[in-house]
Amino acid sequence: MAPPKNRRPGFSRRAQYGLFLGYVIAAAGALVGAILLVLSAIDPTGFAALRMSAAEATAPVSTAAASLTRGVVSIPHAIGDHFGTVDENRRLRKQIEANRELLMRARTLAYDNRRLKALLRLRERSSDTIAVARIVSSSGSSTRRFGLLNAGRDQGVREGQPVRGPDGLIGRILEAGPDVARVLFVTDPDSVVPVRRTRDGLPAIATGRGDGLIEVKPVSIGDPLPKPGDVLMSSGTGGIYPPDIPVARVLRVGRDAAIARPLAQPGTLDVALVQRAFFPLPPPLPPSQNAPAPGVAPPTPEAAP
Amino acid sequence: MSTLLPMGVETERAPLRTWMIPVVSVMLGSLVTIVPVIFPGGLLPPFGLMVLLSWRLLRPESLKIWSPVLLGMFDDLLSGQPLGSAMLLWTVCFFVIELIEIRLVFRDFWQDWLIAAGGIGFVLLAGRALASPMEAHVDTILALQILVSILVYPLIARLVGRLDRVRLST
Repeated sequence: MAPPKNRRPGFSRRAQYGLFLGYVIAAAGALVGAILLVLSAIDPTGFAALRMSAAEATAPVSTAAASLTRGVVSIPHAIGDHFGTVDENRRLRKQIEANRELLMRARTLAYDNRRLKALLRLRERSSDTIAVARIVSSSGSSTRRFGLLNAGRDQGVREGQPVRGPDGLIGRILEAGPDVARVLFVTDPDSVVPVRRTRDGLPAIATGRGDGLIEVKPVSIGDPLPKPGDVLMSSGTGGIYPPDIPVARVLRVGRDAAIARPLAQPGTLDVALVQRAFFPLPPPLPPSQNAPAPGVAPPTPEAAP
Repeated sequence: MSTLLPMGVETERAPLRTWMIPVVSVMLGSLVTIVPVIFPGGLLPPFGLMVLLSWRLLRPESLKIWSPVLLGMFDDLLSGQPLGSAMLLWTVCFFVIELIEIRLVFRDFWQDWLIAAGGIGFVLLAGRALASPMEAHVDTILALQILVSILVYPLIARLVGRLDRVRLST
């Protein structure tokens, strides 16, 4: 290739200053970028308003394109389904037989459970569904794992609410705009979900790895690691995620942590349910009236409300 | 459409198109992330950056030196990276390419590809360091993402070459 045109604009002072100004602006812009980076590191949701307004504009495009791709993608699926039906039928019959016995046992247990809970008068918090929406896009080129949910503040979605799919936990709301919200997937390196094993309630902490898998560590050092095949449910500890949402199935066990695959596969999920936070954070306390003002003697206990 | 101008020949042409096409194509590249496919691990190449580097290496005069600041900000709003990361890293890329250009005057596509590969690798690695904690297990996928992006780059460069024909056609 020929060398590019020499961009020194001759002897014109004005043009030379213009070129120099370009460099100054670029360097200043890079500096502003660095400052913004520091600010985002201090307060990760600081620029939520900016980001959400961009998302507000892109979400309808994603939604429209999503319905199109869903239609196209379902065609080979439908053909495959047609030919797989006979095998499927045979397999399912066998499975029904196996499940019948399990169902009877589960019914007995559920009855027992209800009776015993009534006996204990256990206070159960219902976790109602706030919104049902689709996840329309994800941060595909970043190492963070975010999704864009097609419902926001107007639909009642707030920061910190858990999001689940039909198969299991998807994540929680990180930022909510008027009509869209950003979801932190459970596979994000910043996501932490308290879980327990379905079999015996062994508590553990599930942290995202960033590569589509989840790392599971026991809560206390002496506890055994979950075995491959174990299913982990959210435990309700911490107050964000309601208990008993399936989270992940353990794939393999490492030296000090087990690797699990989330049950809600972010590649295939379409509909997501936003639920009320299990125990939402209390509203910020009003400024204390008991705080001693400078120069004023502290109020007597009778005066304080 | 058919007549092409040799490089360095200044004629009066539609001034809007000469800068609109590079800018809009970079923004479209950044917008690829809104495709309604949910990636379990990030493997999507940074198309905005790749289009930007293609323009810079093919036509240095097509984009101002400060344009990556604004284009990077647009990319940050969509990509999920912390705000400011592309603003900073893309501008650094432009400065480094400027430096390389002083040394390496005669280039062909192989050198351009190498420079772009370095730029893509730098931006993705630095972006990972800025966005995710060090103990996150994203490095295998990141390496794959860099490899895929470098291999896809010639296609983007071809596309930008096509757009350049439109941009400069009289």
